[in-house]
Amino acid sequence: MQTRQKVMVDGNQAAAHVAYLANEVIAIYPITPSSPMGEWADQWAVEGRPNAWGTIPNIAEMQSEGGAAGAVHGALQTGSLTTTFTASQGLLLMIPNMYKIAGELTPAVFHVAARTVATHALSIFGDHSDVMACRATGWGMLCAGSVQETMDFALISTAASLESRIPFLHFFDGFRTSHEIMRIEQLTAEDVRTMLALEHIQAHRQRALDPNRPVLRGTAQNPDVFFQAREACNGYYDRCPAIVESAMARFAELTGRQYRLFDYIGAPDAERVVIMMGSGAETAHETVDALNAAGEKVGLIKVRLYRPFSAAHLLAALPETTRSIAVLDRTKEPGADGEPLYKDVQNALIEAYSSNTLKTKQLPRVIGGRYGLSSKEFTPAMVKSVFDELSTQQPKNHFTVGINDDVTHRSLNFDPAWTTEDSDVFNAVFFGLGSDGTVGANKNSIKIIGDVTERYAQGYFVYDSKKSGSVTVSHLRFGPREIRSTYQIDRANFVGCHQWLFIERYDVLGRAAIGATVLINSPYSPEDTWNRIPRSVQQEMIDKKIKLFVIDALTVARDCGLGGRINTIMQTCFFGISDIMPRDEAIARIKKSIEKSYSAKGAEIVQQNCAAVDASIANLHEIKLPAKADGARTVPLPVAGDAPGFVRDVLGSMIAGRGDELPVSALPVDGTFPTATAKWEKRSIAAEIPVWDPEVCIQCGKCAFVCPHASIRLKAYDGTALDGAPETFKSIKARGKEFDGMMMTVQVAPEDCTGCGICVEACPAKNKSEARLKAINMAPQAPLRETERDCYSFFETLPEVDRNLLKVDSVKGSQYIDPLFEFSGACSGCGETPYVKLVSQLFGDRALIANATGCSSIYGGNLPTTPWAVDRNGRGPAWCNSLFEDNAEFGLGYRLSVDKQTEQAREWLQSLKTEVGEGLVTDILDANQADAADIENQRARVAELRAKLGNLDHPVAAQLSAAADAFVNKSIWIIGGDGWAYDIGFGGLDHVLASGKNVNVLVLDTEVYSNTGGQCSKSTPRAAVAKFAAAGKPLGKKDLPSIAMSYGHVYVATVAMGASDNQTIRAFIEAESYNGPSLIIAYSHCIAHGINMRTGLDMQKRAVDSGHFPLLRFDPRRGEQPLQLDSKAPRLPFKEFAYRQNRFKMLTKSQPQRAAQLIRDSQQDARDRFEHYERMSKQQTVEAEPAGQPATV
Amino acid sequence: MNLSTRYLGINLANPIVPSAGPMTSDISTIRQLEDAGAAAIVLPSLFEEQLRHDAFELDHHLDHGTESFAESLSYFPHVGDFRLGPDDYLHHIQNAKRSVGIPIIASLNGSAMGGWTQYAREIEQAGADALELNIYYVAAEFDTSSAQVEQRYVDILREVKSAVSIPLAVKIGPYFSCLPHVAQRLDENGADGLVLFNRFYQPDINLDDLTVGPNLVLSDSPESRLPMRWIAILYGRLGLSLAATSGVHTATDVLKLVMAGADITQMCSALLKGGCRIVHDVLTDLRQWMEENEYESIEQMKGSLSQRACPDPAAFERANYMKTLQQYV
Repeated sequence: MQTRQKVMVDGNQAAAHVAYLANEVIAIYPITPSSPMGEWADQWAVEGRPNAWGTIPNIAEMQSEGGAAGAVHGALQTGSLTTTFTASQGLLLMIPNMYKIAGELTPAVFHVAARTVATHALSIFGDHSDVMACRATGWGMLCAGSVQETMDFALISTAASLESRIPFLHFFDGFRTSHEIMRIEQLTAEDVRTMLALEHIQAHRQRALDPNRPVLRGTAQNPDVFFQAREACNGYYDRCPAIVESAMARFAELTGRQYRLFDYIGAPDAERVVIMMGSGAETAHETVDALNAAGEKVGLIKVRLYRPFSAAHLLAALPETTRSIAVLDRTKEPGADGEPLYKDVQNALIEAYSSNTLKTKQLPRVIGGRYGLSSKEFTPAMVKSVFDELSTQQPKNHFTVGINDDVTHRSLNFDPAWTTEDSDVFNAVFFGLGSDGTVGANKNSIKIIGDVTERYAQGYFVYDSKKSGSVTVSHLRFGPREIRSTYQIDRANFVGCHQWLFIERYDVLGRAAIGATVLINSPYSPEDTWNRIPRSVQQEMIDKKIKLFVIDALTVARDCGLGGRINTIMQTCFFGISDIMPRDEAIARIKKSIEKSYSAKGAEIVQQNCAAVDASIANLHEIKLPAKADGARTVPLPVAGDAPGFVRDVLGSMIAGRGDELPVSALPVDGTFPTATAKWEKRSIAAEIPVWDPEVCIQCGKCAFVCPHASIRLKAYDGTALDGAPETFKSIKARGKEFDGMMMTVQVAPEDCTGCGICVEACPAKNKSEARLKAINMAPQAPLRETERDCYSFFETLPEVDRNLLKVDSVKGSQYIDPLFEFSGACSGCGETPYVKLVSQLFGDRALIANATGCSSIYGGNLPTTPWAVDRNGRGPAWCNSLFEDNAEFGLGYRLSVDKQTEQAREWLQSLKTEVGEGLVTDILDANQADAADIENQRARVAELRAKLGNLDHPVAAQLSAAADAFVNKSIWIIGGDGWAYDIGFGGLDHVLASGKNVNVLVLDTEVYSNTGGQCSKSTPRAAVAKFAAAGKPLGKKDLPSIAMSYGHVYVATVAMGASDNQTIRAFIEAESYNGPSLIIAYSHCIAHGINMRTGLDMQKRAVDSGHFPLLRFDPRRGEQPLQLDSKAPRLPFKEFAYRQNRFKMLTKSQPQRAAQLIRDSQQDARDRFEHYERMSKQQTVEAEPAGQPATV
Repeated sequence: MNLSTRYLGINLANPIVPSAGPMTSDISTIRQLEDAGAAAIVLPSLFEEQLRHDAFELDHHLDHGTESFAESLSYFPHVGDFRLGPDDYLHHIQNAKRSVGIPIIASLNGSAMGGWTQYAREIEQAGADALELNIYYVAAEFDTSSAQVEQRYVDILREVKSAVSIPLAVKIGPYFSCLPHVAQRLDENGADGLVLFNRFYQPDINLDDLTVGPNLVLSDSPESRLPMRWIAILYGRLGLSLAATSGVHTATDVLKLVMAGADITQMCSALLKGGCRIVHDVLTDLRQWMEENEYESIEQMKGSLSQRACPDPAAFERANYMKTLQQYV
């Protein structure tokens, strides 16, 4: 048996490792949580790594999963070993091709990180709803439950597919397995060559399309033969289980790891058996072992080969003593009489029983249940509750476990205190901020411990739903035997709290075991720290006999030149006090890994981190706990006590990390949530916030305009409104004749600001005595928090400015309108959100928003709280997310519906002309609704109409009254990123633009798939490095504006508010007023560009000045000259734009010559692009349709 | 006519040497300079601080925002091998050596002592004929004495000298309390040459946006009078070579500086303004002037108007200033 390397990898890397070795063509497309598999494949290809046969696989990023499946199908048909990676909706997009591939008996494996399919809500987390949707495709399904199995089954499924000709889905649980790091044995290229028989590969190639031996495949068949032909494949499916079994046997010979189609675990004479598959089966395995050790007789069948389903093999695995079975499905089929695996098992038993082939003494009672949807925790206590249920006289069928179903009462009770964890397993939990490097350090610790000791190691990482100030919880286990605990740690031997604020915000101590060691990063002295811990937390520490250590890691980090990076320091402290391995050896290993990790980034960085290691232990202090808790502080409520009930009780629980405790009754039945909830989640994540200097301020409104989080507000008001203002509330005489005699205030929401500083960059006013200061300057938040909180509360009570006073088409005027998109969880300094916020300010009170999946749907719709808000009349944007690929069509659906409803309302109104009165009817039907005042007037007419209808005894009156809001124009916005608009949704977008319908499309163009971690899109510029373009994108950015302009009837604008805020606002107003399709492409700087986000506006300006992103407005209403160029010819070398951003610059450090050539080409791109637009702007329009008229009903 | 000169112990065909700057960062330009008659090339400075900055910047951006959000645990592909050290610079030295026959003088600006010596060694190994230590340092600390500043120069020189065997020139600025004393200490501690002077780019105030920023202004001929004075004072009194830089644009400038005592004159602004051909033009004019004035060689005129050799030695000291003022009275 050959020696194989032990590696620390996650499930994605494990699957990708084999998939890469075993294939020649790999088509990829990003989707969480499977994206890393494609990223690994692309990276290895760029690095020149060969597959098992010495050639570098051909990796192709496609425009969608549907495209990837098509490319795979084509590559398979022409004889290549081909694969792809996907999950969830991505897998569903592949289904049509999957039918074809299976129908053509083509060997292939798709590696799937199984993820929840979006229903009432999207979820990026794991369950089997996606793979279960593929049961009818004819694909084999092999399910891995651990990282090792993921690597092993990747190979076994490939071998079985080649031999059987049945294509396979090889799947493993999204996140729980795809992102869990484990120490496993890595298969080799030799293993791959051994398992994949050359004769089967050759047979596959022989079946390929080849003009030298032409065949035709993909015929259209008719009723006479289709049926028979469909049955012709049966033998292949019949033979397949044995082929998989044989592959498993060969694999066992090769590696020593023996798998079976159905693996039985537990007592040979078990009476109660659980049947399930995936990572949950590992927890069940652990539980069965514990229960049997305690004297019970229980068993578990791990389903490996789910399709083709071999009932014979299943029944053979079942002990004869079995009396009752619980089948657990990690999916839900609403309306069905059971979930798929349950029904398969039932069917197998009944068929065997009916044919007298059942070996059990009696027909076992079978119950089915659901668990673990969307990565819901699945613990030994839950498994035990299932076994307990099987012991009852009348076990509950169609149950759920892991939740409290207090509505239909299907859930099983379980005792959360019951545990199987062994005392010789070391459990550690770390609470950190995304930005403090905690997760990275923990991944490194796992590697160190796994490499140095003989311990098995496991790491799992939980992230919250925000992109800024996000909280991470790392769960690390180290033990003397294989770790099967696929659930989070709640009795940790070690708890690291890497941010002081967490002590009072989260139940950090809740995860500590009795006698645990707790390490807190405290900005206070050891003496002061104890007094600042809330009393209830102090008491818990005393009760649990905690060993408490503190370190001021931030000071140590700063002293060592590491800025805010505390990861190395906290990691060293962990090794220093945890006794997980000898301290000196651990420190030596940390330094070695620092050198390995950072040597490519420079010797200085290595030295600094090593210095921090040495300084860490010296600054670590133990606090001896007193006998009594005496702290004066209390744990604050997650949301203010005056919040609406739903926010306080439901969303508040989620904010506090207690969402798992919410019962079914607490949640909406259809995914409908109230808006305006983000304002209740005071995250207070900014280290510094802007402070307004009224004396310097010129009241331009730019600070509020650019604020990504709507944390800066403007109001003008009568001076008398200042009665009762807090002492520190600032106010100054408002400038501008529209505000004659009024006062104004620029107010910061101190606990909602993320501290990005973009407002300061945008501020044009400078202090005349001290030029470093502006009208808005950053200052530490902590000393200002309470006073500014009071000021903001008072500010909210000030009356809203009369919109009729405002020049809303100016930056200043628009910013006196309350944003109806506020305090989102987007990245600090996000380049997208200011555009979204502007839509909400200008049109929010009548906006319907269709949002493509992506960053904007996440910061716009991810629980617990959401940023879309309402005005004082309760109006605001109504928002929905359909899919990633269909957003344009989804938004067009809004328009079709609104138009139909309006038409119906008009018909009804016409029919009641006499009863309502001709004057009002005419006024309503002919109303001009060009601006806010017109809209308000129309709303008044509608109110008058309703009043009249209320007095009418006419069959149509009630219907018209209900539909009368249709007379007020809706503003329909279709919002998404470039991944949607340029790639996956392009076909739909093109069709919607071509439809001529009145929709407004806002493309938030970050030039990369931001939400999934920076994969290349067709908007990515030449020379930029992105995932799937690690060597720099060789070709230029797609010219979407030109494509849209070619129709002639589409309003098109490109905007970049950092280059021209006035042009931006004009474009938004023009687009919305255009009675036809409008497309705004908004340059949005992004964290994935590798920039200091504070400089985002400057990057936008450079994008425009360099000619990379020219500003233009194409308005069909302008007749013969519809195109107006709003920016000048390139006046900045492309380099001056590009080399301020890591996405371009990093190529100069990895492939300098290629970088130089690509930058030269990009410079030419910029020139060509501008000249192209300039020529277009000077040409007369191509038979433009008559100008769109101002929208009327 | 013999234009040859000797600098840092190296024989050069003439006293015209392109100085460290953007012109010498490109191999094809270096070739053109050689063709135009340049006697040697000083490559652009390797700035250790720039290398450090690049490394930190890359590390920051590759790490920033990672491991924070479940869908985007990183934003860039993992690239295993970055060229962050001096590799590009060393490659440039090797390329230059392969491409031209004239001596190649590297230039180094370190930040930490370890960096000075490490990079100096690597530069020597890459094949540089000599090394110019570009101690570009603005002494702006209130608690640093002039003696401490001078000691810093000496320390750097000694460290590098102990690390390499190629000739070392020290390029300094003019802001010393007593320049001859500093020059003497550098001479005593192993400097093979002095390059006078580093032109510190002076920041400027932008009245439009009320900011302070760098503002590159190219030199002109009158600026050569600063090195001229100090070369004239130093000439013949120390054992090291003297290079004039700042304000070298014409043959007249070259002649004056050589007569003051410069072994070579370094050009930068002139090349940026006029291109490589300037070297050829200056050499032509130089020859013509020497012919017309019956000079046989550079060596003959070198130092002929230095303080030691000129008719009025006091002219290079304070009297010079007094006379200038008197002319306006």
